[in-house]
Amino acid sequence: MIEKEKAAQQTTNSSNQEVKDGYEQHFKVISPGRMVAKRFFRSKLSIAGLYMIVFVFLFSFVGPLIVDATWGYEELEVFKIERIADMVSTADFKGPDGKTYTYYDKSQTLVYFKAPPSAEHWLGTDTSGFDILTRLMYGGRISLTISFIVIFLETIIGVILGGLAGYFGKWVDQLIMRIVDIFACLPGLPVLLVLSATISSIESIPAEHRIYYMMAFLTLMGWTGVARIVRGQILMLREQEYMLAAETTGISPMHKIFRHLVPNTMPQLIVSATLGLGGVILYESTLSYLGLGVPFPRAAWGSMIALADPSKGQEILANYPNMWVPAGVLIVVTVLGFSFIGDGLRDAFDPRMKR
Amino acid sequence: MWNYLLKRVALALVILFGVSALIYLLSMLMPADYIDNQTAAAVQMGAMTLEDVQRLKELYGLADKSLPGIAKSYLSWLTSALSGDLGYSFLYGRPVSDVLSQYIWISFMIAFISYLLEIAIGIPMGIKASVNQYSAYDYTVSVFAMIGTALPSFFLSALLMNVFAIRLGILPLQGLTTATKVFPPNAHFQILLDKAWHLVLPITVLTLLGVGGLMKFTRTNMLEVLNSDYIRTARAKGLSENVVTYKHAFRNTLIPLVTSLSGMLPGLFGGAMITETVFAIPGIGYMALRATQQGDIPFIMGYNMFLAILTVLGMLISDIMYMVVDPRVKLS
Repeated sequence: MIEKEKAAQQTTNSSNQEVKDGYEQHFKVISPGRMVAKRFFRSKLSIAGLYMIVFVFLFSFVGPLIVDATWGYEELEVFKIERIADMVSTADFKGPDGKTYTYYDKSQTLVYFKAPPSAEHWLGTDTSGFDILTRLMYGGRISLTISFIVIFLETIIGVILGGLAGYFGKWVDQLIMRIVDIFACLPGLPVLLVLSATISSIESIPAEHRIYYMMAFLTLMGWTGVARIVRGQILMLREQEYMLAAETTGISPMHKIFRHLVPNTMPQLIVSATLGLGGVILYESTLSYLGLGVPFPRAAWGSMIALADPSKGQEILANYPNMWVPAGVLIVVTVLGFSFIGDGLRDAFDPRMKR
Repeated sequence: MWNYLLKRVALALVILFGVSALIYLLSMLMPADYIDNQTAAAVQMGAMTLEDVQRLKELYGLADKSLPGIAKSYLSWLTSALSGDLGYSFLYGRPVSDVLSQYIWISFMIAFISYLLEIAIGIPMGIKASVNQYSAYDYTVSVFAMIGTALPSFFLSALLMNVFAIRLGILPLQGLTTATKVFPPNAHFQILLDKAWHLVLPITVLTLLGVGGLMKFTRTNMLEVLNSDYIRTARAKGLSENVVTYKHAFRNTLIPLVTSLSGMLPGLFGGAMITETVFAIPGIGYMALRATQQGDIPFIMGYNMFLAILTVLGMLISDIMYMVVDPRVKLS
């Protein structure tokens, strides 16, 4: 079927009106863009991915507005919900008669935080009395915003450097690709940890600004992939005949690179960017988990899961799954959604690569 | 071929030099270093003056944070590193190379076992999925594989801990040995068993995280081979599906598989920072995370250089293996 479409397209493009009329009765003419879209939507997984991402976006960007309109509070509203909690501790001891007794100590305390899920707070409140559902929404905003900005910056840097390296070759290529090699060899997480620790210990940088530095660091660690893709594509494309034609028109090299070569690398770029979004979210949540991401009163998915860290006590890990499981599920849904879409796009752009 | 290899090794050395300079610069830029962290309380109480701190910093080579100063201390680090001396770790109070060689083995054990499990699980699943492309099996396995790659390690660890260590109580929560148990000094087997028991969950986490990628990689490469002409010929000859799949197709899939799997080998020594920390396993990743949080520059440098060397080594090995397994490849 795809073959037919292609044949129809080629004929209509190259032949005169008469032939076209003849074909149009049997075949529909579809633009390449529409064909990609059609192939994309044919795959169930890509549609599932699309739904997942749309859901996460609505949840994080529209959700807070709805919460604000219905209940009238935001991320940092503290709720003190009174409830009585039983504290039971047991101990075994051996009585004077030689039998083993178990000793129960039961006391009741008034707890204000860590409320269980209720009608007002669907997922309950956390250790500081914040509403968990709302914090999930704001955490999503952070993750999604960071991932999109980082991927955007990575793509720009990668396209410029990869484009220059691929087009000019020789020493320019050597120089740029050696830099790429060095950056690609940096151990990702350890270096990010060093950088984030640096930023959080500089007092002149306000805590809210740390996130911008984090974006810069994530970009720094990730641009090499894009540069390699662009360079590889351009090495191949610049030998093609249309580039000879471009050469003969005498336009400037910059024009040739960024008007004629780079647009042809778009399919690969879009695919790698989509697949990269999930990776950035995982890095960001890892940093937040280690307490080096978005600073405390602000929410991030990673730091919400960090509440369950058993080194800080097992209580939350064991008894309050409502505090950390939803954040983890959201991370998985988002990363999975992006990789479904990315895979779908790759298959759609290049049906021969169908995998 | 030797020329090619020499060129690759020379390139690797250039990369390592660049990486070391970059990491040194970055870690020296950390404003709160180990001395600050350690002396903060003493200075606050008046037990130490700022001059004392400064003197200590000079002793540790941390005083001069201007660019020429960093360059000078980098050069001295580099010359001693080249002679095999990575300096003293501030935090652990021992030579960095000692700490590295002590703790990499437990990390390697965990990583190597999960590497073997990944191979044993991922490759057969990938083959089966590619042979039954677009079947229910293919979709299920692919989706699970992608979920595995989408899971953050700390979340998967928390989930498994919650279920197996707390709810069911059949596996230990954290650590490498049971602290409350006292073993007789020559009960090596029991101690080993106790350790293995503690490593079940970390190994499960690493396997689940890695198996998806390998499965997908196998499936992709298998599909490529299955679509080639010689497979059609083999089928036309009337060979059984098993022979076609395992004898004709899989052998060619082995080329990319062996190349990438052998390239992963050095990385097994690098440690899994997050997983080891969550499970409090004293591996190299756990030690490195602690050192990084404390600003222990010699250790940070040593560990990161170690990781960079492992990466470069992995690339070299997979290059060489590519030539070894595929006689058609002639590199120049």
